[in-house]
Amino acid sequence: MTVIEAPAPAGRAGTVNRLLDRHASALPSAAAVVILLLLLAGAQAYFGNFVTPRVLSALLLDNAYLVILAVGMTMVILTGGIDLSVGSVLAFTGILGARMLAGGTSPLLVVAVMVLGGAAIGLMIGVLVQYFDVQPFIASLAGLFLARGLAFVVSLQSVKVTSPGILWLQSTRFQAGDWYVTPTGLLALAVLLIGAFTLAYTRFGRTVYAIGGDEQSARLMGLDVARTRVLVYVVSGVCSGLGGLVLTAYSGAGYPRNGIGTELDVIAAVVIGGTLLSGGVGYVLGSLVGVLVYGTIKTIISFKGAEQSWTQITIGMLLLVFIVVQQVIVVRSARRR
Amino acid sequence: MAGVVRHRLFWPVVSLLALVVVNAAARPGFVRVTVRDGHLYGALVDILRQSAPLMMVALGMTLVIATRGIDLSVGAVMAVSGAVALTLIDRSADPGAVGTVLVAIAAGVGIGVVLGMWNGFLVTVLRVQPIVATLVLMLAGRGVALLVTGGFITTVTSPPLKFVASGYVFGLPFALWLSATAVAVVAVVQRRTALGLLTEAVGINPEASRLAGVRSRGIVFTAYVASGGLAGLAGILYSSNIMAADANAAGEFIELYAIVAVVLGRTSLLGGKFSIAGTAVGVLVIQTLQSTVLFLGVPSAQSPVFFAFVVAVVVLVQSPQLHRRLGRLSRRHRGPAPATAQQPARDMEVSA
Repeated sequence: MTVIEAPAPAGRAGTVNRLLDRHASALPSAAAVVILLLLLAGAQAYFGNFVTPRVLSALLLDNAYLVILAVGMTMVILTGGIDLSVGSVLAFTGILGARMLAGGTSPLLVVAVMVLGGAAIGLMIGVLVQYFDVQPFIASLAGLFLARGLAFVVSLQSVKVTSPGILWLQSTRFQAGDWYVTPTGLLALAVLLIGAFTLAYTRFGRTVYAIGGDEQSARLMGLDVARTRVLVYVVSGVCSGLGGLVLTAYSGAGYPRNGIGTELDVIAAVVIGGTLLSGGVGYVLGSLVGVLVYGTIKTIISFKGAEQSWTQITIGMLLLVFIVVQQVIVVRSARRR
Repeated sequence: MAGVVRHRLFWPVVSLLALVVVNAAARPGFVRVTVRDGHLYGALVDILRQSAPLMMVALGMTLVIATRGIDLSVGAVMAVSGAVALTLIDRSADPGAVGTVLVAIAAGVGIGVVLGMWNGFLVTVLRVQPIVATLVLMLAGRGVALLVTGGFITTVTSPPLKFVASGYVFGLPFALWLSATAVAVVAVVQRRTALGLLTEAVGINPEASRLAGVRSRGIVFTAYVASGGLAGLAGILYSSNIMAADANAAGEFIELYAIVAVVLGRTSLLGGKFSIAGTAVGVLVIQTLQSTVLFLGVPSAQSPVFFAFVVAVVVLVQSPQLHRRLGRLSRRHRGPAPATAQQPARDMEVSA
């Protein structure tokens, strides 16, 4: 959106408007930060022992796999697409990895296979979308079915993981006072930073924004639309593979029913984090905030001892508020143009 | 003959017949229909009976997709409707009474209609993209259903409710009569009145149809309400089949299967022209495939692999890009692709 702005009317009014527009695109992400702070402050006031290093460290640990998935999903949504397959790919790579580990394969090879497995399904979706004009919704739906079925082909039951190398990812705690972070948390943060850097400072990242803003213009500018579009789905698949690794380490097992509905949680987190589903506007760091909002709500509800079904309802309502706010912003900036 | 081949339902019907023939060859019992106590029994009858919930949902989905929308919430609506209806029966003084069950069914369908109105409100008044608008309910709906049932699976004993899914009328399953009626009603309302034409007009070009004086808002709204109501009915059928309200399992993945059924029936996800008969054939293809996969001894959990291939093959066959490529290949002519070729795809992504 920022890349291919229509020439703004000259003069001071035009400059102000353009600034407002720029501001508007970051507004939903800013709102998400405010919501997160309000949630934390409210929970602290209510429970008294909520904002502690322990709880906040656990927040990252419990949601590390969602953070990783959200990075890939943000890129896909930025191009105006959607990837419904992430939850299934997570389950497939997770159970595949657990099964291979049980068979005595070395952990490094297993990790490589999990990442490549995710990438392969992402590549399939990307090729369907780019070269066969299949809507992302349907192409990734095929990916969802494929990965979910394959997960059950690998194993119908859960497979326990005993490999010390994989469990190390979860059990090691780098402590600083009461704060701690696990290798899985560090992995999530690394993926997040790489994603944010790639989107902001590389040619690939700017092309992603350009495709979401206006594909026609992106093509006319000579950007490599085809390669970038396929690549975002591959990236999302790789993220799902890594997410599968993190979740397997987290739960100590692979389970073919893992991640049912996770794609919706991830999409909700990305949207709450300020990424427009129409593409072109959004930030990876915003998606982190979205995931943290999701995680905080979940933690609050388990603190309260209430039904976890309230998580779904609250997230649904929050999603509603955000899309209505986004709608207002889109309509406003469209009217100004 | 060429006209038959070019009919838009030719390939869906051929694939359905092919599936039936393959099944019949593999197990002769497949096509056998026996009469016991004046009731028809057999694999084919079972397929028709079991397809009823998906048929309802897919019918509503067809209408919504025709208006360029999509309804992801149908599974959640099924869960809510089943939860409400069975909780009513469970709490009533006389769970076995026909009156109780009728009230419960009305409540279930009614809540479906209300949820459909909610979706329609988001899409037509707040102008939220359909995929996001219905995602809200898809997320929150199951939570609501779990709250209604108190987190448990509510089971009831109520002969009239059992009749809905398992009963027979005039030798055929009652559920089949229900789904056939739904297909007939939707087909008549859409095709014997101008409503179908107007729906297609809204789907093909919303702006042009608005300028031509079509009240697109009301038509789109009605499509979501119909989808909600039909999903409510499907929820009742599902609960009646297992005699329980399972908020997590009711209608799981049904939105995806319904979308596949609609696409199989050659209704474009871009909106516009739709085919009720096509959707019905699509549903039967899915149900027959499901039964085939089970017969092959594949655990039903693994059946999504087959559907992945079905979806991939169907979208590839329908892909204009593939046709263009094949055409180019056969003519051995490589011209530059027109720059506008991608344009429809983009519109799709935004709305899909």
